[in-house]
Amino acid sequence: MDKFTTHTGIGVPLRRSNVDTDQIIPAVYLKRVTKTGFDDALFAAWRGNEDFILNQDAYKAGSVLVAGPDFGTGSSREHAVWALKDYGFRVVLASRFADIFRGNSGKQGLLTGVVAPENIEQLWKLLESEPGVEITVSLEDRTVTCGSFTCEFEIDDYVRWRLMEGLDDISLTLQHEDAITAFEAKRDAWRPKTLPAKTLPPEPVEPARPVELTVGAQIPVRDN
Amino acid sequence: MGTTLAEKLWQDHLVVKGEDGAPDLIYIDLHMCHEVTSPQAFEGLRLAGRDVRRKDLTIATEDHNTPTLDIDRPIADTTSRIQVDTLRSNAREFGVRIHSLGDADQGVVHVVGPQLGLTMPGMTVVCGDSHTSTHGAFGSLAFGIGTSEVEHVLATQTLPLKPFKTMAINVNGELPEGSTAKDIILAIIAKIGTGGGQGYVLEYRGEAIRKLSMEARMTICNMSIEAGARAGLIAPDATTFEYVKGRPHAPEGAEWDAAVEYWSTLKTDEDAVFDETVELNASDLEPFVTWGTNPGQGLPLSASVPNPAEIADENDRVAAERALEYMGLTAGTPLKEIAIDTVFLGSCTNGRIEDLRAAASVIQGRTKASGLRMMVVPGSARVRLQAEAEGLDRVFKEFGAEWRNAGCSMCLGMNPDQLRPQERSASTSNRNFEGRQGKGGRTHLVSPLVAAATAVRGTLSSPADLDDAVPAAVDAA
Ligand code: SF4
Repeated sequence: MDKFTTHTGIGVPLRRSNVDTDQIIPAVYLKRVTKTGFDDALFAAWRGNEDFILNQDAYKAGSVLVAGPDFGTGSSREHAVWALKDYGFRVVLASRFADIFRGNSGKQGLLTGVVAPENIEQLWKLLESEPGVEITVSLEDRTVTCGSFTCEFEIDDYVRWRLMEGLDDISLTLQHEDAITAFEAKRDAWRPKTLPAKTLPPEPVEPARPVELTVGAQIPVRDN
Repeated sequence: MGTTLAEKLWQDHLVVKGEDGAPDLIYIDLHMCHEVTSPQAFEGLRLAGRDVRRKDLTIATEDHNTPTLDIDRPIADTTSRIQVDTLRSNAREFGVRIHSLGDADQGVVHVVGPQLGLTMPGMTVVCGDSHTSTHGAFGSLAFGIGTSEVEHVLATQTLPLKPFKTMAINVNGELPEGSTAKDIILAIIAKIGTGGGQGYVLEYRGEAIRKLSMEARMTICNMSIEAGARAGLIAPDATTFEYVKGRPHAPEGAEWDAAVEYWSTLKTDEDAVFDETVELNASDLEPFVTWGTNPGQGLPLSASVPNPAEIADENDRVAAERALEYMGLTAGTPLKEIAIDTVFLGSCTNGRIEDLRAAASVIQGRTKASGLRMMVVPGSARVRLQAEAEGLDRVFKEFGAEWRNAGCSMCLGMNPDQLRPQERSASTSNRNFEGRQGKGGRTHLVSPLVAAATAVRGTLSSPADLDDAVPAAVDAA
């Protein structure tokens, strides 16, 4: 995870509240086996509409999303965060977020800042009156700046520290590498290992006995 | 004050004690993977340039997406095939042991671990799958995790966790003939509700539990999740040791002795205090079936479909109304009169050899209800081989049941084995949610004995309802 101190990028005003994770990324995209390459899936249903904000040239390269309240509600899918990040967003600002979405964001290095509703309104006006204008988000000072307008945002101290240090859960745990190694050194010898693989020898089973029905024959289902 | 078994296991796996509200770091003894929840975890490792820390504590198998027929042909559904192929290539790339389709140790991940002797007492076991609670039957702390946690365990062999609360479930009395572990757990869930276990590790105790075989204990722990709990466990005893002994990965010689010595200490202290206690008397327990769309909506088989109007709690009443509509049931209908289209015997709840034996003993020498379909899906390929060696396959086939290859099969609608809309099943699996077994499918959760008797009569039934004498044990050798 990269360290996050400040970020400057094009602001995108998304005047919608209750953007749930189904809208951020529809369920059909969940069948994929990758963790990247979800940029096309972001807001997939809305992007079919040419008036949608991300279809407008000025906002296409946006990296700071300014959204309405209750962003990220619904299912706990981590894909929502992956999609936002893959598209290029580094920051989402809203007056309220769903808890699980916020937790997932913090773990993946996407900054979610809570901004007072009147300041969100102000940011929307600024971004709409001058499409493509940049916003600067300082995690250090917990401020959002757009032109001459500056306001504050809230973020959990622990999450802020992690983002600024660029630490994901795994890196944090790996800071305890010595403790893990020491623990491993004193594990009991009887504890099982999967390698080398041990397995019972294949049993000599007579494959099929003479029975009328072949294995898996389709038996008609009764209709009701 | 003494400690509970769950707390002892926690202490024994504590790598770093969390300070100032930070979680504890817990060591993981065994990590099992399957194709659905692991791809992004491996991809995460690759993106971060990390390796699997302990390949020797990791194992993978294919189960959710795999077909149970034509397993020698490529998987027809593209998404399923990609997931399975991805698991195979990840296992190859990272050097993780995998049991693929066609291998004797392929099967539902929770059947495979114990069968190989990889699950034993005193361990921490995780898997990206909620029914990991199954392994708690050995007296281990075993729970399901999400995909980021899978990645975390692959990379560090540990998990940051906050301690759970503990709940004792005391099951006393003697289980009557014809009632099984499945009926105990369905009765517990009906009693405490599907949210009753939330935040807890359940410890099943009492004489009725002590008398159960290991496989029956696995059935109980398996469904802890349906009671909302994170995990369920049972203190190990002679039954447990006996089951583990001689399995491929079981310790031997001096290591076995050391293990048994430690395992024998794994019990809740007399003076330990649980956060919550629940009592259940097994001696009047009838076979249980579910009538609704969550596992808590269950009743004894002799009861009738409940009348929602008589349910006091508003939420429960609305849920019951919706459930009856979805299930196509009318209040007041005796459960035993509900006609079944398909009987599914299998899953990590009831797809082990004892389950197959129990069902075979009921159907042997009897005739299947006409028009009813019965699918028998062993929990693992090894269970299938064993059943074939005992001649159980012949009993099932002669009865007219489909004898299939191992996998999750009709436990969930993710592979070709699915119910059609409005098709009604009696299923030995663990979830009766709307659409779980196929879009629009209607599921009644039952024990293997009830499943078998139902296949004979065509309506929900227990072996006691079969008119002729109760048949003796299978004699097919
Ligand atoms: S058998 Fe069913 S419950 Fe068990 S792992 Fe497979 S899908 Fe999950």
